[in-house]
Amino acid sequence: MLAEDSVLLREGLIGLLSRCGNEVVAAVGDAEALVAAVEEHAPDIVVTDVRMPPGFQDEGLHAAVRLRETRPTLPVLVLSQYVQRTYASELLDSGDGSGVGYLLKDRVGQVEAFVDALHEVADGGTVVDPEVVRQLLRRRRDPLERLTPREREVLALIAEGKSNGAIAKELVVSEAAIGKHISSILTKLDLPPTDETHRRVLAVLTYLRS
Amino acid sequence: MSHPGFLLSVWPWRSVAYLLTGAVTGAAALVVIVTVTAVSGALAIVLVGLPLLVVVALSGIPVAWVERRRLRLIDRDPAVGQHQEPAAPGLWPWLTTRLREQATWRELGHALLFAGLLWPIDALVVTVALLFPVSMVATPLMMATVGDGHETKVLKQWTITTWPTAFGVAVLGLLLMGLCCYVLGIAAGARAELTRLLIASREGELDAKVVELARSRFRLVDAFEAERRRIERDLHDGAQQRLVALTMALGLARLDAPPGPLADQLAKAHEEAGKALAELRELIHGIHPKILADYGLEAAVADAADRSVVPVDVDLELPGRPPQAVESAAYFVVCEALANVAKHSGADRAQVSGGHRDGRLFLQVRDDGRGGAEPSAGSGLTGLGDRVSVLDGRLALSSPPGGPTLLLVEFPCELTKAADRSV
Repeated sequence: MLAEDSVLLREGLIGLLSRCGNEVVAAVGDAEALVAAVEEHAPDIVVTDVRMPPGFQDEGLHAAVRLRETRPTLPVLVLSQYVQRTYASELLDSGDGSGVGYLLKDRVGQVEAFVDALHEVADGGTVVDPEVVRQLLRRRRDPLERLTPREREVLALIAEGKSNGAIAKELVVSEAAIGKHISSILTKLDLPPTDETHRRVLAVLTYLRS
Repeated sequence: MSHPGFLLSVWPWRSVAYLLTGAVTGAAALVVIVTVTAVSGALAIVLVGLPLLVVVALSGIPVAWVERRRLRLIDRDPAVGQHQEPAAPGLWPWLTTRLREQATWRELGHALLFAGLLWPIDALVVTVALLFPVSMVATPLMMATVGDGHETKVLKQWTITTWPTAFGVAVLGLLLMGLCCYVLGIAAGARAELTRLLIASREGELDAKVVELARSRFRLVDAFEAERRRIERDLHDGAQQRLVALTMALGLARLDAPPGPLADQLAKAHEEAGKALAELRELIHGIHPKILADYGLEAAVADAADRSVVPVDVDLELPGRPPQAVESAAYFVVCEALANVAKHSGADRAQVSGGHRDGRLFLQVRDDGRGGAEPSAGSGLTGLGDRVSVLDGRLALSSPPGGPTLLLVEFPCELTKAADRSV
């Protein structure tokens, strides 16, 4: 399911997605058509642009938020021309924050990373563009001040949508060490142990709101 | 009038024309006003006359209109009425606006004064100042024709029987005519001045000009903002989308390419396209940040704080959105200030705070750097100061050497309720 108003990009994305073994059930050009098409096709994941007709403001983002109000489990990946915390947090606040992704449009050029992110979101993960994460890293404020630099690094990678294994590979440590870091992060952020994935999302949300 | 050529210029004739037409229109106004008042007074008993009374109240308006046009005969400065534009088209809004404003009643007063007192004076001045000298100049002619060369009366008073006296009177008449031209000029000038005072004061015009200038400045700022948004949209919908498509195509090509020089070339091209895209994105953001348009000043300032190299605390709360021009000027002031903090201040921490109080939006950017900032040293703040002042805002900078630096900016503006974004 794809919503993008630029024909050029829409065709490109369709090509890219079908090449990587995904089926695009519908491709639409504006926010209203997006809502209608979701009703009709019940897709596994929605990929949408932020700026869409008719107003060319943030219609795509708001259509996504509205869709998640009625279908909290519908995975949505939002592509934006600009990376901003405000857009990301609005999206992440919809539902419980799981199964959403917020990526810079530039990322579709990095085909493999983009497809990975798409699958991560479709599986209920949370993906935030590294650019947003980078901006947020500059603002070290509570409650994140309690975290060690290494823990913040791990949390940033969780926010980018990486699995424990991927984080371990990136930081060149064992997966068990990452697990330890994560449980320490969750304790420091006052996230009592319930469901593991859910707490990861909450940690990301805390991180984004800091 | 002090000019020596006055007597030979067109101005005495203009004065005569002004006073003559004044007498005629004044008399006509008197007739119309008296008639309408009498008729409506009589009909008021059966209620039909009441609307006619409104017509009487408004009768000053056409009279003043004619008078302002007549002023051009004698006065080069344009005379502008002081009426306001009705808020909505249609007869009823026009009527209520007119009945409520002071100008209408001033004009009615003027019309009554004109119809009752001024036009007879006009007539009298013209008659006397023209009749006396003309009849004196005509004395020899009268003597030759009506008096059969023996006698005639000057101004029906003095009998003249000899030709030398007759020609003497004619010469006197010529002198008097010159004098009367001045009298006419003075009278017409005084009348024009009185009219202007009553229904078209010069101060009003000056105010109107100042208001018009201020409006045109606002329009320029608005046009400038609109242009920024247009450029932003054009770049976004055109160049940026194409570059994204290009990086996507290159990314796909890289997947297909067998390892070798071709793959390396593709990788390089892909990287370059990505860099171009990132640069373009920053450029577009600098032209007109979308977050400002979508979410307003609070979010845009928070975003600017996110981007700042120096950690920034934001404490900004607005119950609504300021006008676009103000919003954008305020945002760029904050951005410029934060850029200066990062570049020059050496500060560890900065703070942006602000709010809206008593019809003013105010913002403060403070840092704990070394201070000594000088707006005149081309820190980019001078241009912003101009932009702020166009919106009647003020920008103040306190930056003693050794710090801290404090930048204050405020705009007079009303906030509009943020549109319901869920729609």
